[in-house]
Amino acid sequence: MIYLDNSATTKPQDDVLKAFQTVATKYFANPSSIHRMGGEVEELLEKSRTQIASLLGVDRHEVIYTSGGTESNNLAIKGVAFQYQNRGSHIITSQIEHPSVLEACRHLEKVGYEVTYLPVNRKGEVSVEQLKKVIRKDTILVTLMHVNNEIGSVQPIGEIANVLQDYPKVMFHVDHVQGFGKISIPYNHKGIDLITISGHKIHGLKGSGCLIKKGQVNLMPLQHGGSQEDGYRPGTQNVANAVALAKAMRLSMEDAKNYHQLKSLKQTIINELQSYKKVMINSSETGAHHIINFSVQNFKPEVLIHAFSDEGIVVSTKSACSSRQNEASHVLLACGKAESDASTAVRVSMNNHQTKEDIEAFIQAFRNIMSKYEKIMG
Amino acid sequence: MKFDHILIRYGELALKGKNQKFFINTLRSNVQRALKNYPHLSIKGKRDHMYILLDGEDPQPIINKCKDIFGIQSFSLAMKVENDEEKIKQAALEALNQDQGQTFKITCKRPNKHFPVRSQKMNQVLGGHLLTNTDNWQVDVHNPDVDIRVEIRHDATYITAKKIPGKGGLPVGSTGKTLLLMSGGIDSPVAGYLTMKRGVKLEAIHFHSPPFTSERAKQKVEDLAQTLTKFGGEVKLHLVPFTEIQQKIFKEAPENYGMTIMRRIMLQISEKVAEQKGILSLATGESLGQVASQTMESMHAINEVTNYPIIRPLVAMDKTEIIDLSKEIDTYEISIRPYEDCCTIFVPKQPKTRPKREKVNQFEAPIDFTNEIEKAINGVETVVFNASKSQKDDEIDELL
Repeated sequence: MIYLDNSATTKPQDDVLKAFQTVATKYFANPSSIHRMGGEVEELLEKSRTQIASLLGVDRHEVIYTSGGTESNNLAIKGVAFQYQNRGSHIITSQIEHPSVLEACRHLEKVGYEVTYLPVNRKGEVSVEQLKKVIRKDTILVTLMHVNNEIGSVQPIGEIANVLQDYPKVMFHVDHVQGFGKISIPYNHKGIDLITISGHKIHGLKGSGCLIKKGQVNLMPLQHGGSQEDGYRPGTQNVANAVALAKAMRLSMEDAKNYHQLKSLKQTIINELQSYKKVMINSSETGAHHIINFSVQNFKPEVLIHAFSDEGIVVSTKSACSSRQNEASHVLLACGKAESDASTAVRVSMNNHQTKEDIEAFIQAFRNIMSKYEKIMG
Repeated sequence: MKFDHILIRYGELALKGKNQKFFINTLRSNVQRALKNYPHLSIKGKRDHMYILLDGEDPQPIINKCKDIFGIQSFSLAMKVENDEEKIKQAALEALNQDQGQTFKITCKRPNKHFPVRSQKMNQVLGGHLLTNTDNWQVDVHNPDVDIRVEIRHDATYITAKKIPGKGGLPVGSTGKTLLLMSGGIDSPVAGYLTMKRGVKLEAIHFHSPPFTSERAKQKVEDLAQTLTKFGGEVKLHLVPFTEIQQKIFKEAPENYGMTIMRRIMLQISEKVAEQKGILSLATGESLGQVASQTMESMHAINEVTNYPIIRPLVAMDKTEIIDLSKEIDTYEISIRPYEDCCTIFVPKQPKTRPKREKVNQFEAPIDFTNEIEKAINGVETVVFNASKSQKDDEIDELL
């Protein structure tokens, strides 16, 4: 099987798994226990935290371990909303966010917050000018994703951070889940307050992730309990997961140099797809190299995915978090795609080591499928 | 054109007369030890400066390591070019471009009188070249942000730019050894650090009273000793079993003098350990007036038991200054971990803040600690910490 669903999840690296197993076996004590075994585990936990901090150029107190992207996004958004409710109740996000951001915002709307959902252009990019216009006196949070999980569009995070630096009372949260290890953002930028990173999208483990919370930000915790993670995320720390995350992040950053080679692979796929009249390419050429989203007219995406599967190729429909709902992609609709295209989208997502051969096999499979079913699907 | 070596300038040690060679050699071996992980570097110590030849290594991490070494006044990145006017111009421009600021000055020296352009003239040539080829720089000969130094020597021309300050002080190991009383709190590691600054090599002594004191308190002290190694290399930590003595004091001495007596016994044991190891002084983190044991009267009463010099680098410092320094040397976060140590258990409700020597001697007289002290000294466990990584560190690094 050739796995081209890396934006859904990635294959964990052997070294990460090994580290997890060693820690889970040897360093199983509770890091908060006062005996020496606990002390050693705490030391390990803190070393992993320091490593993440130094990879990103932030302070180690700014790293909060979580269970992954969804939790980090929820903690950032609701944590800011509840903490600063006396300051204001207006939140700005975009129409193409991940469900863990959109649904958190919708929930906040139900309890009295106001949310502005910024539109995007055809390429899936928000406009910085428009963002400036919608900031109000009672705006407390801007939450935007860096790389879109469905179409790979990239938001100008650095530029937005420069703008928001002049609004010290507006927190800026970046959902960096699909960008980490591919496209870097200025992690220590003063205009960025919160950053979500997920382990399993970077060849780490499911259930691991972190939220970078800069020193100047306070959050209302979502869980209450002990004082672990400075009280922002109580509960016995999963040290094996923390170590695995630190390792996955280090390896992923070292590996980021290979990302640029995906550019030509993406181009190869686009060139092929463009030769079919019935194919609509939904990703823009200016987007991230690793995600290519396209629709085949009248071809139900499930059918296409199963057909690819028969050919030994793993691709997927929109986001795994929303793919079970049989409806058009909110991302593609926001980009101005027709309902028919938005409900037939297929996504190819590569890792940094994808080979030319993988992509050739994908193209061959696509040719086979088209010649086999084109007529039936009419 | 890249910076290919680091120039190290000495502080006071350049003034140390006949011992100068010894000081420089000590510094050189300290630098060598700190940079052990970079086998390609070569380090050359001369009378008035030291060079590290980079051989392609990135200078930044090396400078960061050297910033922790006492005896270095300042560093500069330097490049070596041929004695050729055009090449010197090009290199000077390169050096300026890698720096930040608004104003510069050129200081040219020409020990090689065969070079055809005199240094005054060279200053003008280079200044003009830099002004025409950059946008935002201006000349300021009195107070420049960047001083580009050009030395035209016989073998080559050396160009250096920004001065990066070092830690100053004297090379550790050049002025003897002390035994630091380390509890695990904020003060003692800072005292150790400042003592090292004056070239003193450190051994540390810690009193622990298991099971009354926590294993984590002992671990704290071990982590502190480990942290201090980055400033002075190896640190030996002597762990003294103190349970029996503390219990005996608690049972037999008047409560309000308990603390005074305990401190006196700590000093007696420390002196004996120092004597055994050939160490000539003790060091503590005492700061005048900070707590009951650090009043003038307490020091007078406690100090009576030893005539070894006691180095108290913090004696005149405020707590906030000490805390700032402990943050700077990365010991603060270790020190504030909340575990019981020997100074926080068996604490009298109202310790005597103005103990008197006569009284304490009178209270001590009927209690015989000789056996317990001997037992404690015989039971000392010594752990050695090194600046290089331990096996356990390697295991953890492997995991991460």
